Amino acid sequence: MPFGLLKYGLSDNYPFEIEADLPAPCELKPRYDVVIIGGGGHGVATAYYLAKYHGITNVAVLEKGYLGGGNTARNTAVIRSNYLTPEGVKFYSASVKLYEDLSNEFDFNIMYSQRGQLTLAHTDATVRAFRQRAEVNKHFGGRTELIDPCDIAELVPTLNLNPANLPVLAGLWHKDGATARHDAVAWGYAKGATQRGAELHQLTEVTDVVVSKGRVTGVKTTRGNVEAGVVIQAVAGHSAPMARKAGFELPLVAYPLQAMVTLPVKPFLNPLVSSSALHCYVQQTSRGEIVIGGGSDPYPLYNSRASLPLKESLISSAVEMFPFLSEMRLLRQWAGITDMTTDYSPIMGLSPIKNYYIDAGWGTWGFKATPICGKTMAELVASGGKVPELIQPFELARFDRFKQVNEMGATAASH
Amino acid sequence: MKRVSNEHFGQWVNASKKVRFTFEGNEINGLAGDSVASALIANNQWLQSRSFKYHRPRGPLTLCGHDANTLVQTPTTPNLLADHLPARDHLSVSAQNYTGSLYFDVSRILDWFGRFLPVGFYYKAFFKPRGIWAYWEPIVRKAAGLGVSNLEVEAPYNDKAYCFCDIAVVGGGPAGLNAALHAANAGATVALIEQEPHLGGSLNYHAFGYETPRIASTEISVETSADRSTENSVGPSKTGDAASTTDARDAFSAISAQRDALIRAVEAHPNIRVLRSATCNAWFTDHYLPVLQGTRLIKLRAKQTILATGSSEQHVVFRNNDLPGVVMCSALDRLTRLYGVIPSAPVAVLAGNDHAYRTALSSHDGGANVQAIIDLRDGCDDPALSREVERRGITIYQRCAVLEAASRATGKVLSELIVHRLDDNGNASEKIATLDCGVLAMSAGFMPAYQLACQAGAVLGYDDETAQFQLSKLPAGMHLAGSVDSIFSLAAVEASGRNAARQAMKNLDAELTTDEDENTTCTERVNHPWPFVKHPKGREFVDFDEDLQIKDILNATRMGYRDIQLVKRFSTVGMGPSQGRHSALPTARLVAKATERSVNETGVTTARPPLTPEPLGLLAGRRFHPLRRTPLHNRHLHLGAQMMPAGAWQRPAFYGTPEQRDAAIQAEVAAVRTGVGIIDVSTLGGIELRGPDAAEFMNRLYTFGFAKQPIGKTRYAVLTNELGVVADDGVAARIDEDHYYVTATTSGVDRVYRDMLKWNAQWRLDVDIANVTSAFSAVNVAGPKSRDVLASLGCDINLDADEFPYLAYREATLAGIPTRMMRVGFVGELGYELHVPSPYIGVLWDRLMEAGSEFKIRAFGVEAQRLLRLEKGHIIVGQDTDGMTQPNEVSLRWAIAKNKPFFVGAKSVEILSKAPLERKLVGFELGATSPQPKEGHLVIRDGDIVGAVTSCEYSPTLNKIIGLAYVHPADSASGAEVVIRTDNAVHVHAHVADTPFYDPDNARQGL
Repeated sequence: MPFGLLKYGLSDNYPFEIEADLPAPCELKPRYDVVIIGGGGHGVATAYYLAKYHGITNVAVLEKGYLGGGNTARNTAVIRSNYLTPEGVKFYSASVKLYEDLSNEFDFNIMYSQRGQLTLAHTDATVRAFRQRAEVNKHFGGRTELIDPCDIAELVPTLNLNPANLPVLAGLWHKDGATARHDAVAWGYAKGATQRGAELHQLTEVTDVVVSKGRVTGVKTTRGNVEAGVVIQAVAGHSAPMARKAGFELPLVAYPLQAMVTLPVKPFLNPLVSSSALHCYVQQTSRGEIVIGGGSDPYPLYNSRASLPLKESLISSAVEMFPFLSEMRLLRQWAGITDMTTDYSPIMGLSPIKNYYIDAGWGTWGFKATPICGKTMAELVASGGKVPELIQPFELARFDRFKQVNEMGATAASH
Repeated sequence: MKRVSNEHFGQWVNASKKVRFTFEGNEINGLAGDSVASALIANNQWLQSRSFKYHRPRGPLTLCGHDANTLVQTPTTPNLLADHLPARDHLSVSAQNYTGSLYFDVSRILDWFGRFLPVGFYYKAFFKPRGIWAYWEPIVRKAAGLGVSNLEVEAPYNDKAYCFCDIAVVGGGPAGLNAALHAANAGATVALIEQEPHLGGSLNYHAFGYETPRIASTEISVETSADRSTENSVGPSKTGDAASTTDARDAFSAISAQRDALIRAVEAHPNIRVLRSATCNAWFTDHYLPVLQGTRLIKLRAKQTILATGSSEQHVVFRNNDLPGVVMCSALDRLTRLYGVIPSAPVAVLAGNDHAYRTALSSHDGGANVQAIIDLRDGCDDPALSREVERRGITIYQRCAVLEAASRATGKVLSELIVHRLDDNGNASEKIATLDCGVLAMSAGFMPAYQLACQAGAVLGYDDETAQFQLSKLPAGMHLAGSVDSIFSLAAVEASGRNAARQAMKNLDAELTTDEDENTTCTERVNHPWPFVKHPKGREFVDFDEDLQIKDILNATRMGYRDIQLVKRFSTVGMGPSQGRHSALPTARLVAKATERSVNETGVTTARPPLTPEPLGLLAGRRFHPLRRTPLHNRHLHLGAQMMPAGAWQRPAFYGTPEQRDAAIQAEVAAVRTGVGIIDVSTLGGIELRGPDAAEFMNRLYTFGFAKQPIGKTRYAVLTNELGVVADDGVAARIDEDHYYVTATTSGVDRVYRDMLKWNAQWRLDVDIANVTSAFSAVNVAGPKSRDVLASLGCDINLDADEFPYLAYREATLAGIPTRMMRVGFVGELGYELHVPSPYIGVLWDRLMEAGSEFKIRAFGVEAQRLLRLEKGHIIVGQDTDGMTQPNEVSLRWAIAKNKPFFVGAKSVEILSKAPLERKLVGFELGATSPQPKEGHLVIRDGDIVGAVTSCEYSPTLNKIIGLAYVHPADSASGAEVVIRTDNAVHVHAHVADTPFYDPDNARQGL
């Protein structure tokens, strides 16, 4: 029994003598130095780092629903940095580093668990691509290697090495691959940010962005107008419509991304396993549920409904990988909305509107970037618009200049 | 327990047919028709599972698959619901989630330590000092989880069925039966989906005979039935007085007769397809309904959906309300009336509504020893009911509650109730009685089975004044009937079924005139607004699945998790196997009170598919994952080929045993370079373009100029996408003025074909586009002696170089087979690509091999081809290009027309051309003894990554290692040195070389 729990059991007045994680709702102020649109992981992380490292606390995070209720709540909590491009690897590695310390930083267990991620290659082309990813990762100090089927069998003895007649030729074994309790990440950041003075306003929808002479001056919300020195949009899944409110276009197409979970069983699977050819990944949560996910839906849609055909194909792939899953039972399926860029990298930094910063284009890779996004966006704000080197490659202007950061091969169904 | 079997009790079991199965290794005797859960109860085995967190003893709660207390497992399958698992001979069932045994679960210790495990405790501990979670996590993981997966099980073959109907009726109870019959009589085709093995729903178990007053009801229009009942007025309403036993018996018989007639009519109706033991497990857009039945997933496409899904009975929240023996009223009704299991121990009823009184009377009729009704209210709404209850000597405790249920002897099954009076605020005050009790049936109300409606976007509203629910904002074509629409009295329920059918029929046919809607007014209040009895020591369970008590929900709100969604996510309420069927309402009420909002405003969490946990094996279906084989597949196998996957295709990698790999490839290469080789290239994509605008279409799509391509000539065809990235390549042959035959890469053809269709949907050119990949098969005969082989076969055209030169296209009859011949040189030798209709390729191959034997022809595989083309410096799109490769980087500028107004990607290519290159694909060479770089190894310059190796082989022809790699543009000149990091970080220094490595003057392919 950890000592941390004694205070709860021994206190007669729990929880009143224990500080709440989140403050009670409060009124909106007429003006904030910084308004962050979107109370998901990225939004509250930005507020947290603004307060923690830059002393900027006159900050409001405006959330149309509830804290972390968008894609933060809907993703499948994969944390990894085994990308293909040097820009991507550097960026996501920095995020992984931050994740490792978050529980202790928050004094709140986000259940960060480095179980490793295994991606299966079924074709020569994928083996080549995986070798390159492993090499790029190693170059930047990551723990990623190309392993053969014998190693795979040892690592995941329950795996079928010939799923759907596609023999497993090799695997990309990413020891730094991890998972965490996704909701807890948002709560931990919100807790840290609000304790330092930032405000979180749930059920507060931004209906318009006020721009004057090319500079943002505030936002209109369902609870009244707010003036702002700086506005950041962090609304994954609705980034393009939000940018349109500010008066510019983002090159994004929104696709639903579905995932599903089974009834819990006793643990049998430790690493996160995904197959590049079957477009499917499988992991077991600490509750014992099997989480199954894959690629985005094939056509664009702003709706988080679930669908039958995707479920059938995804489950079919999962059962190929682990045939005994056929006897398990699916409990729930859901969807999020992914803002896809053409190069599978995010859009971060400056926008055509002065003092309006963007954190968008998070496709299927937003959760793993939460800490580093918060940190770099906070730096961007604190420096008065100087884009941190780490996120310079992800600027919006790259699309005009044909300087894309192609992570397509490293994204696919691995998330 | 005792068993009875008569017209009204034990309807589903066959007393003369026994079944035997084992539970936890002990033999259990049941009856045919039993569920595992009912048979266990009949054997006094109330204890059937252990709870998720505290490992508390649990038994069935609903007996209709709505709770997780009956989760058991068989040797093959975890997490089965015992109340939906038919008892059958030889079945071996065990409980789950215990340490030790079901009866003495060591993990129960967690229950005693419960006060140290506050809601969300795992967020508050296990992380100090840093890294300690890695040690705690395996322990937590082991404690979590329910059943154990059998890792040896093979996935079965389950087929799927497709079914179509006008109207899908979900639920075969009184509302659903009436809806189905009414719609079918009006001419619609109907699928009626019933979860249980028998139609009838609540007509089978609920004591409607004690319903009073019964509103003036309409006759059931059983048009095909002669057995039309006129008994609607029989029963208490006739006398307007207490339901005497005889009257009630008549009423029951009348209702059964009516039910049976209705079911017969439904089953006999030609327009109705009845699906029993079938679960409509979700609603997807446009009434696409997955129905699980046995080992089959039925995909049902309906035009209209009528939900007659009923409602979920709600529990009362009091201390130890989870003890085995504490059940819903409807569960006791099911136990007695469906399975004929009558408790011998004293029975008590905890009432939040009049329904509970009917359960008391019904159980009493069955022979149960019903002792008391504890009514949370000031008394029964229907005085007739309470009079009848009292007449039978059953004590009614008005405005009282069970403060605590207890298990004195075993700790594992209910034996005692502590009854307290409720004060004006609804809190327990003085103690009234201690009752011996073996079964407590409770009913705090009914929540609509809202899941399918809400999956479809409907909104579940709650009236805070009356505590009643209302579903609104149904999607077009969805209708409600019965208690899902908060209609409870039988006549109104049946009328609502017919009304729903009328609405659905009107939607199907706007012209249709149907009779007027019937009155379905239902004034019965079924929901108690505050069924909570707080106990100082807690353990009043709100959520049985997740072991959450009143304080856990309240504490979550106090910790700042005020939104219902945050409460759910923080406390995990509603996330268990029953997905909040019982916890949603009490949670909403507790959160509403704690956050000073209305229940309606607080709401319930989103309903997501599936409705009930569904076996993955049914969704996976028949495990159909076809491979594609060329018509020559078996010939390759006869030649000893090692096959390799190429997308869905199987292709020969090389011919020989795995041990002979390198030697075999070298011999294949040598054959092509010095004699003749043959390779199966049937997997190449083939697309036919025909029509007056074919040339224009080609010109717009591909980078080269095709408008002036002469007939009888081939051209290299490169595709770029709108980003100016090289997307695919192939060869285009102009067969005629308005006819092209274009090849595409094996893996790219489907995408190319799709893009062609997409573009022409915009361009509207007069061209027909056909993917003929499978219709044509092809071989490439290559090598200095290839012409000789063809000539010796008998060919009706002149094969001489002047008549049929390099890059020409000819149609000829070769060995009697009509053949499309292209002189192309992917492998860098004199060669012919021969495309024939697929049925002929086998004969052609055989004739070529026969004719070639004189020239020592040898089949070669993909590996040799890769080496041959690499010696020639030809790139493979997808291997030597990536998702960002622009033509200039791979020296394809020559394949882009300069003076064309447009092609897909032209603008981007132009912009990219003006910017300085950031990398360049070049050839490189290394000495034969150098460590050989592998494809994917990095090119390093001043410590930075500048590129990667895309192709690399040892060339026996040249006796050196050759390859292609992206390098820094400054290093792209011939002779420059580049550093490649190979395995184990060994750096090799390679020299950039001009390509082709072999035959740089291209003399050989033009021979």
